[in-house]
Amino acid sequence: MISYIVRRIVYAIPILIGVNVITFLLFFVVNSPDDMARLQLGERRVTQAAIDKWKGERGYDKPLLWNHEAKASKKFTNTIFFSNSVRLFTFDFGQSDSGRDISYDISQRMWPSLAIALPVFTVGLLLTITFALIVAFFRGTYLDTWAVITCVAMMSISSLFYIIGGQYLIGKLLHLVPISGFDNGIVGAKFIILPVIVGIIGSLGGGIRWYRTIFLEEIGKDYVRTARAKGLSERAVLYVHVLRNALIPILTGVVVVLPMLFMGSLITEAFFGIPGLGSYTIDAIQRQDFAIVRSMVFLGSCLYIVGLLLTDISYTLVDPRVRLE
Amino acid sequence: MYLFQCQKLVLTIAFCVQLASCGDVSWNNPYPGSEQQESIYYSSFRERPKHLDPVSSYSENEAQFNAQIYEPVIQYHFLKRPYELIPLTATSVPKPEYRNAAGELLADDAPAASVHSVVYRINLQPGILFQPHPGLATTQAGDLRYSGMTEISLEKIHTLADFKESGTRELTAADYVYQIKRLAHPHIHSPIAGFMGRYILGLNELHSELKNSVTDDSKFIDLRAFDLPGVKLIDRYVYEIHLTEKYPQFVYWLAMPFFAPIPWEVAQFYSQEGMKERNITLDWFPVGTGPYMLTENNPNRRMVLQKNPNFRGESYPESGTPSDGDEGWLDSAGKTIPFIDTAVFSLEKEAIPGWTKFLQGYYDSSGIVSDSFDQAVQFSTDGEAELTAEMRERNIKLATSVQASTSYMGFNMTDEVVGGSSERARALRRAISIAVDYEEFISIFANGRGFAAQGPVPPGIFGNVAGEAGINPYVYDWVNGKPQRKSLQEARLLLAQAGYPNGRDEQTNKPLTLYFEAVASGPGSKSILNWYRKQFEKLGIQLVIRTTDYNRFQEKIRKGTAQIFGWGWNADYPDPENFLFLLFGPNAKTVSQGENASNYQNAKFDQLFVKMRALPNGPQRQATIDTMVDLVRRDGPWLWGYHPKAYSLYHEWYGNAKPNLMARNTLKYKTIDAGIRAQMRRSWNQPIVWPVVVFFALLFISGVPAYLTYRKRQRETLK
Repeated sequence: MISYIVRRIVYAIPILIGVNVITFLLFFVVNSPDDMARLQLGERRVTQAAIDKWKGERGYDKPLLWNHEAKASKKFTNTIFFSNSVRLFTFDFGQSDSGRDISYDISQRMWPSLAIALPVFTVGLLLTITFALIVAFFRGTYLDTWAVITCVAMMSISSLFYIIGGQYLIGKLLHLVPISGFDNGIVGAKFIILPVIVGIIGSLGGGIRWYRTIFLEEIGKDYVRTARAKGLSERAVLYVHVLRNALIPILTGVVVVLPMLFMGSLITEAFFGIPGLGSYTIDAIQRQDFAIVRSMVFLGSCLYIVGLLLTDISYTLVDPRVRLE
Repeated sequence: MYLFQCQKLVLTIAFCVQLASCGDVSWNNPYPGSEQQESIYYSSFRERPKHLDPVSSYSENEAQFNAQIYEPVIQYHFLKRPYELIPLTATSVPKPEYRNAAGELLADDAPAASVHSVVYRINLQPGILFQPHPGLATTQAGDLRYSGMTEISLEKIHTLADFKESGTRELTAADYVYQIKRLAHPHIHSPIAGFMGRYILGLNELHSELKNSVTDDSKFIDLRAFDLPGVKLIDRYVYEIHLTEKYPQFVYWLAMPFFAPIPWEVAQFYSQEGMKERNITLDWFPVGTGPYMLTENNPNRRMVLQKNPNFRGESYPESGTPSDGDEGWLDSAGKTIPFIDTAVFSLEKEAIPGWTKFLQGYYDSSGIVSDSFDQAVQFSTDGEAELTAEMRERNIKLATSVQASTSYMGFNMTDEVVGGSSERARALRRAISIAVDYEEFISIFANGRGFAAQGPVPPGIFGNVAGEAGINPYVYDWVNGKPQRKSLQEARLLLAQAGYPNGRDEQTNKPLTLYFEAVASGPGSKSILNWYRKQFEKLGIQLVIRTTDYNRFQEKIRKGTAQIFGWGWNADYPDPENFLFLLFGPNAKTVSQGENASNYQNAKFDQLFVKMRALPNGPQRQATIDTMVDLVRRDGPWLWGYHPKAYSLYHEWYGNAKPNLMARNTLKYKTIDAGIRAQMRRSWNQPIVWPVVVFFALLFISGVPAYLTYRKRQRETLK
């Protein structure tokens, strides 16, 4: 397995380079270093000399990808792309274009993201699986029909509606929790309740439908009939036998998102005023802070690759027949 | 049995929930209950301030913090209108001293050409102290406590609060001198450095000198060692600023944080090795002499200002406008300020949660976003804005004021079709000016919050003329005591004169097609752009909207490739020069990348502008402005657009809320009645629990048949 993991890590390098190149190109198609400087320096009374100075200090005065005037390897290395990209591979994110230490900011902002994402993920998963098993148990009945209709309706509603609706109903009408905000420690729990409830409800519809399909496929199999024939209770059949055998497709969707929980949610964090990594990324895009955008995309790609690797490893844990070679 | 247990559990939960709801603090209160009775002002901010270093800061969202911390030598009077400058740390508002080449003293209205030197002499009040700051902490021997720090000694330091000791010292003239030199600092970006370099004697030269003499970017540059001829330290409390030419508006700049004091010790403190890597910079942790100091800077969540314990105390103004007494703005007259102990600004990126929190009493004041406008404001039969019943029930107050700003549609005067100074082009621009109905625009898109502009100078600024004499005669007639837009018929006649009868080129018979550059800012902008298109259609002109992102839009303006565009300007200071310079020829974008976005060139206007700029407010200046405004009205480089009106709401417990759109340091005048606030918050935010109980009860009841079915299936035997 170790050789497999090493091989996957080696494969990740060209992927990360590719992601870095695409991010770089997309960013600089929309923004020029001059635009970035203007946004940082403000729009009023800014002189070209100030813009040039700003660019020079951050290395944005170099050519983007190819330096015609340089010699030998410097044609490539003396560019914005190279000088800003290489250190990413050592996870040295450097400073943002506004002068902040990106690693420090990430270390501070990942916890609020996690505070929301972790309960949404765990409670949401438990509820989804439980409801999906119940619906699968009552397959073909009125309960199943209504559950499917409700799930489809829930899937059709935009996540923005859940957020605004949740804020309106729970925060504004019922006055049960603060409508937005964040605090550290136990006093911050009241701020997390609403985004967590909204996050869970928003994901239930699709999750139940998907898991119901997986469970229905398993429920019809011979080993389930055998388990029932042995006299096992329906609870034991569902939770022990069906659930365990349905884990492969569940893991495919679940484990891969585990590392991504750190990255936060863009919309949820903006609406609930959560100072997490999602809003950090959005802010950076709005401020045209390439150093942060590039770092966050790089970090996201790394975490995604880790997630895929963990998924593969988890297959071997739930299904002894799977071997990573 | 199992069902009975579940019922008991649900009832117990419901009882506990109901019991908890009877508590003293509302569940939805985002602040700690212990703060209820404290004199704390609660507000929000939408965007992280980019700069808190006064040399770099130039944005509104930064000013709401910086202006409470830093103290320039002068400030705007809180109550008086028109806006008036008064001393802050200075003993008096500095008056310029003009001298000719022979060194003879000249009168205030001396022509700019005869002025050889300009001197502002500033006398400071003694006894003003800086806020507590580790950079000012000293040892018993009098040395700086935190000087010569290294990476090792900073090992356990992550924020400014980690420094155990702090100190203070008296504000001196040298601190102001130091800050002005910082404008020329090669590693600090000041947006006004280039601009001020034109006026402050030797500032550009100092910049070059610093740039050449400093090789190591990371080293502290002790600006005290460098001479700036334009800024002279006279004694401990007196300094002078020498300008290269007459610039009467310079005094307004002295009221901005660019000219606030920075102690050299603090600059040195922040420049030490390892500080920047820890995000400990002046851009993040400001230091000043003002009534408040920033004690928590977490712009991802909240920013907290607390009363500066070293603040000397000022008095609330004892006079204002004639109506201020009746409106209660003078109730605090003569009392020592600041009144509020703490100001908490929470990050609120979206408008809806912010608005809801204001209605719940968790923010003390609020602006009005378009989506909430109808909920908050209605117009009476005579067109006056008033609060809706819902707002009145909550004793919410409305404050309105005309902003010192203008929003206009500009023509690129270098464009072959709409630009130029020919009669044909003027007629075309005038026809469009008549057709684009800004009164309708204000009504539809600004909820009536604004006035159609008659020229570049907004109301409330010297030079603006109200009434019949102040209307733009090329677009309006004075009918029944108010301006009335000329008829479309007149516009069509003008269009025909321009060579486009019915919107068609009389030579080619092709429809006239014009191009409008706009920034696409979401679905809301589509209706506005469609409205523009329809306005041009009234004349048969086809308007092609070219939406783009803001960067490309700016680039087109800079290069002069846009034909027609929308733009705006907020005043830096309440002087007509700050609006008329937007049309000054040498400021044209294509010439100097200045602020004249329409590239308007008129030699007579430019000549008058130079004259007007040097004149003090008075009949002569008014006459000059009138002539200038007549010129630009005739030439019509802009559709004058409208001057927005600011509407803001505040709760009954928030006192001294008179809007002042020039002063940013107004927090010190405000009051909070925490008792009323706590009472209102409680009454508005009683938790309503029964729907939750009903929901869970229904969920439980609906689960019963499922459970029974399950049990039945479990007990089924083979048949």
